[in-house]
Formats: sequence, structure tokens, C-alpha cells
Amino acid sequence: MKAIKEKHPLVMRWTHWINFPLLGIMIWSGLLIYWANDVYTVTIFGHTFVRFFPQWFYDALHIPQRLSEGMAFHFLFMWFFTLNGIFYVLYTAISGEWRHLLPNKHSFKEAWLVLLHDLHIKKTAPPQGKYNAAQRIAYTAIILMGAGSVLTGLAIYKPVQFNWLTWLMGGYHLARIWHFVLTLGYVFFFLVHVIQVVLAGWNNFRSVISGFEVIRQHEPKINIETDEKES
Amino acid sequence: MKKKAKVSLTIDQRIKRRNFISFGVFGAMGAAAYGGWKWLYNAPQEVPGVTAGTRAPLRRALNKTELFFRRLTFNENHLVKTYPVEMAVKTVRHNEDIGSDSTIDFDQWKLEVIKNNGQKLYVDLDQIKALPKTDLVFDFKCVEGWDQIQHWGGLLMRDFVRHFGLDEETSLDYMGLTTPDKQYYVGLDMPSAMHPQTLLAYEMNGKPLPPQHGKPLRLIIPVKYGIKNLKRIGSMTFSNQRPPDYWAEQGYDYYSGL
Repeated sequence: MKAIKEKHPLVMRWTHWINFPLLGIMIWSGLLIYWANDVYTVTIFGHTFVRFFPQWFYDALHIPQRLSEGMAFHFLFMWFFTLNGIFYVLYTAISGEWRHLLPNKHSFKEAWLVLLHDLHIKKTAPPQGKYNAAQRIAYTAIILMGAGSVLTGLAIYKPVQFNWLTWLMGGYHLARIWHFVLTLGYVFFFLVHVIQVVLAGWNNFRSVISGFEVIRQHEPKINIETDEKES
Repeated sequence: MKKKAKVSLTIDQRIKRRNFISFGVFGAMGAAAYGGWKWLYNAPQEVPGVTAGTRAPLRRALNKTELFFRRLTFNENHLVKTYPVEMAVKTVRHNEDIGSDSTIDFDQWKLEVIKNNGQKLYVDLDQIKALPKTDLVFDFKCVEGWDQIQHWGGLLMRDFVRHFGLDEETSLDYMGLTTPDKQYYVGLDMPSAMHPQTLLAYEMNGKPLPPQHGKPLRLIIPVKYGIKNLKRIGSMTFSNQRPPDYWAEQGYDYYSGL
């Protein structure tokens, strides 16, 4: 016997999907800005290990001379990115969704077990609610990262007017590096996130659009919360 | 009424129905977002004026965003952080020669100040050097993203204005600066021009300005990106309308304020 189980409230789904193109535009326009002065490398003991973006990448994307375009888009979409983030945090705080999302005292130990399970090293995963321990940590971290991007962004956008903020972020130079590193973090998160979504399957993916999961009631209900009402 | 209709549906029908609605809305919103993006990306260019080079809606957003942050934060007493002189770089980075690459007779150079009443005031370098010199060691920021701690010396714009009796002129909203060959020009909002650290610089690292850094006189305005720090100033004007600005005509934010 199939049953509908409500999973993600409408606001959670909307903020999630609105954020997807917004973050895409922010990364793209941010790179147009970064490419005006492409300096960051990973250099250890005088040997450069990572120089971001090889030449073919520049050629393929027509990168030079697009700094002003990048800035114009970045400074417009930062509003939507920030407002969407604030709205999401307010909603989770007021609706009580935060209870599913914030890591608790078991999360850090459990996340390790989840990782072992995902890597097929361990057969069973720890019991979970709406999100598992690794998800709790990842989804909370990504919100903190978003806040970090906004704050470091403001620190390099108006370093004189927000000089206290720039100081707090470790100075202009460091704020810029943090801002860049966070972007790398999003790309990494995105890759892992998409892989996990593919692995988790259709029912899980659908719930982020339709809001519900389909469960089979005659099966023993393992790891599923049943305290939520159907509407 | 809706509830009654729901009850009569089987679970499978309800799943189908809800999938149809939510994926339909999702698809429609996705298409709308894509359409909105295409509209914005291909929106008409702004009408060329003191600014140009970007899409009209983006220019509106740039102006509004700048105004928002100015109202929220701009304060002429927010000083730029200064550093000990030892921290200044010895080799000062040099990016552009627009406006300072033509030949002029440095001995004949005078700063032309066009006053409100149409009168012109000519100031030579000796007159400027005779006034109290101010040194400034600060983190110069380029719009490209690099920054450098640099050491400049010259006459504070405030002192210049006071000494040459330009109070009436500086009560206007904007100041315009142009190179002698008129190839490079910047427009400055008056509060930034009158910022207590804005310099008419004639020294770099304690020595007279080299030609590529704006000999004989350049602007150092620490509350703006480097693109506003005009090299080789030729003339100074005042207005309530935004004066033309070289990089704003290329699509950059008019204020480029920090």
C-alpha cells in the first residue's frame, strides 16, 4: 500500500530552487571579475601546484575585457542572493524546520558513519530523520558559507565605509581570498550534492520539487519519522 | 469542497495530480526565469551619456545600489587605513597611460580651474608645492582586484579648495577632472572629492612623480578605485550634473566608491 508522506515545505523548495540559478549567476559574474586579475595559485615551497584555469578555458569562454559586465551582474544579483538567504533562514527559524537541519551533539560522530556507509565501507547507516547527520552538517555549513560570502563580499565592496567589517574579515586581502575560497567551496558542494541526489534516486529528488515522498506502508518502516501529519 | 474531491481520488491519482501540478509549476517558473535572464542579458544598452556600455536595467541597478550604500554608510569621516611608510612598495604598479601618454611641456603646465562664473584660474606647480604637503601611505585598490600599499605626497584637495577660495564651487554636487589632452576624464561626487584624505599628489615615494604615474600632478582619492585616480590633471570643473567619466562610459559603475 503506497502512501504520501510530506517532506519539504513549499518555502524550503522555493528558496532552494531560486538559489540554484542565483548562485550560478554569482559564480559566473564573480569569475568575470576575478579573471581581470587572475593571481591565485596554490604554491608550496616555490612550486606552483594549482594555477586556476588553463589557457583553453579562457579561450573557450572569451574571458578578457568583461570586468565591468561581471561587476554589473554581481552587484545586482547579490541582492537576490542575500534576500533569498535571509528569507530562508528566517523561515527555518520561525517554522521550526531548523530542528531537522542544525547538527546536534550526535551529528559529528554520525556523519562519519554516514560517510563510511556512502562509501560502501559500512553496511548500515545510523538512523536518521528528514536529513542524516552528514546532511545536517553540510546544509548548515552551506548557509554559513553563504553568510560568509555576503560578509566578505561587503568587506571588499566597501572596505572604507565598512572598515570594521573588513578588519573583522582579516583585512582587504584576506577577505578577498576568503571570498574566492568560499566560491571553490560551493563548486565542491555542488558536485557532491548532485552525485548524492543521483544516488538517492527519484523519490528523493521528486520531494524537492513536489514536497512529498511515496512510501510503502506494508514494508517495515525503518528510519522513517511518522510523527508528521498528512495534509 | 476541495477536500471532498481529494477523498474520492486514489493514492496513485493523488500522487499523479500533485506531481503534475508541482512539476508543471516548476517547469513554468524555470522557463520564466530563463526568459527573464534572456531579457536582462539582451536588454537594450543604455543611452550613451556620462555613462554607457552596459545594459539599461543593469545601469539602473548600479546607480540604485550605489545610492543605497551611500545613504547607509557614506561618511566623510570614515578614513582609509594608513600604514607606516616602510610598508609602501618600492615599485609602484602602473596600469594605464590613457591621457598621460601625449607630450606636453611640463614647464608650461598649469592646472586650469574653471570657476562658476566662467572665470578661469591657473595654478602652477610651485604655487601648489608652496602649500603644506601631506603624505599618505594607504592601500591603493584597483578595480581589477589587486591592491598595493603606496606612498603619495601632495596637497590635500581640501587645502587646495580653501586656499584658492573655491567654496562656492565645491558646494555643487560634482567635480570633473580632465587630462590636458582630454583623453581621460573622471567625474567625482563632491563628498568624495572633499574627503579628508583626497590628495593632489606631486610626489611618489618622496620623489617627484614619474611621467607614467601622472607627472606633474595627479589625483589620489583613496575612497575610490584606481580608475578614478586621474593622472596628469589638466583642468578642474564643477557642476550639479554628473561630469563625463571615461570608465563609466565603458560600462563601469559611475561612483566606483570604496
